[in-house]
Amino acid sequence: MSASVLFDAPGPKTVARHRLYTVVSIVALAAMVAFAVWRLYDRGQLEYALWEPFVTPKYLEFILVDGLLQTLKMALFSVVFAVVIGLVLGIAKLSDRRWIRWPAWLVVEFFRAAPVLLLMVYAFYLLAIGNGPLSPFWCVVIALTLYNGSVLAEVFRAGINAVPKGQSEAAYAIGMRKSQVMGTVLLPQGVKIMLPSIISQMVVALKDTSLGYYITAPGLTAVGKPIYLEFGNQVPTAIVITGLYVGVNLILTWIATVAQRRFVGEKKALAVPMVGDMQSGRAV
Amino acid sequence: MDAVFSNFDDYLKAFGLTIGLFVVAGIASLVWGTILAVLRVGPISILNKAAALYVTLFRNTPLLMIFIFMAIAMPVLGYNFKFVEDVEIGGYNVSAFFFRSCIALTLYTSAFVCEAMRSGVNAVPLGQAEAGRAIGLTFAQSMQLVVLPQAARAIIPPMTSVLIALIKNTSVAAAFGMAEAVATMKALTNNNADQRTGIFLAFAVGYIIIVEVVALASYAVERKVRVAR
Repeated sequence: MSASVLFDAPGPKTVARHRLYTVVSIVALAAMVAFAVWRLYDRGQLEYALWEPFVTPKYLEFILVDGLLQTLKMALFSVVFAVVIGLVLGIAKLSDRRWIRWPAWLVVEFFRAAPVLLLMVYAFYLLAIGNGPLSPFWCVVIALTLYNGSVLAEVFRAGINAVPKGQSEAAYAIGMRKSQVMGTVLLPQGVKIMLPSIISQMVVALKDTSLGYYITAPGLTAVGKPIYLEFGNQVPTAIVITGLYVGVNLILTWIATVAQRRFVGEKKALAVPMVGDMQSGRAV
Repeated sequence: MDAVFSNFDDYLKAFGLTIGLFVVAGIASLVWGTILAVLRVGPISILNKAAALYVTLFRNTPLLMIFIFMAIAMPVLGYNFKFVEDVEIGGYNVSAFFFRSCIALTLYTSAFVCEAMRSGVNAVPLGQAEAGRAIGLTFAQSMQLVVLPQAARAIIPPMTSVLIALIKNTSVAAAFGMAEAVATMKALTNNNADQRTGIFLAFAVGYIIIVEVVALASYAVERKVRVAR
């Protein structure tokens, strides 16, 4: 406790007071949980029939294959494409030439400020509706790629700027060209710093795939509907699907933390506004 | 673009609703997020853990799932929030849809508000508080004079990110019966499919304006309260 900015080490009186607060809050929290469980029970939501689909292999397969796998695929595709776009835009933003830098800046700002759902709806009307060439699946991927690509552009820029200045100076001093400095010196070092942010951004992408619900794309959110329409088990379905999302995201966050420890060490994580990062919770 | 200009009141009404959702949910999540942050950094260990659990849970849940909870699962449990429609504020009724959307946005955003606050408090160097205690300031004084003024400045940039994300997140309400900007954009595009690009750009510009206003306001505040170090 003494290591906190806020409090000094508590004395005996304070310890006694805190013990009282602890007891009161345990009682309050237990009461809240009990009320929630009672409410579920009272409304018949804990009956086995409503939960049965989630232990039935046929429905489980439906949820995991048509839901989770599609969601993961959408997230993976959009992050892979977003890394490419982010790399291009990020390097373009660092360019010395104004006519490269400014359009890149404009693109990044535009796609960062427009809501993903707006992009998705537009992509849906442009490419998927009627006899459009793409399925809603790819509209979700396109919208997420554009948004996350713009966010990752900032990550790449910050990551490359985070490489110590002496590195590029030394490279120039031994006579490398600009593209060589970027490709052989700055990027390989920058990527290590960026990796945790890129993985955290995947959590954001994964969460945003659920927005595909609005444009009839497949995914974990979309598979809930046929199940609760068939069984009338809205509450259990919502709980199970949310649990799956939370589980997958926690695994990704854990991987990002490991990557941070492996590649960046105890140094501070890259701080870029509006990018997922483990500590300050900006991955909105 | 023509479709937007000939339906300009719909456009303004849509963004009015977006701003309404943003303001109501923003204030509510600042309040609830602050309460969570106090629990999160407070001295009671069980409350720290409870707040941390809340933050982890809501941060890793897609906002759309929270909307589904509020709009589809809660009515089954007997909470349809119809009671707010009986409440009249200055001649206006609040619809149950609006109320539910605000609750969903608040539950989600407050987790991020809490984390932003916590990172602000953690940004204050430990020596500052120790120095405050060493010269004999009480808890209230050291909070008021030393810790909170510095924490408040450190909070501004992450809080701006959270609020900007909230503006964009209000669009999720479109999927749950709110005729806000994205839903209006969808309806307009449905009727005028040949002008979809113009309509898209018009609505994107609307969002960009709101986002920039918030960003510039926060930048101005940040510059105003900055101290020389």
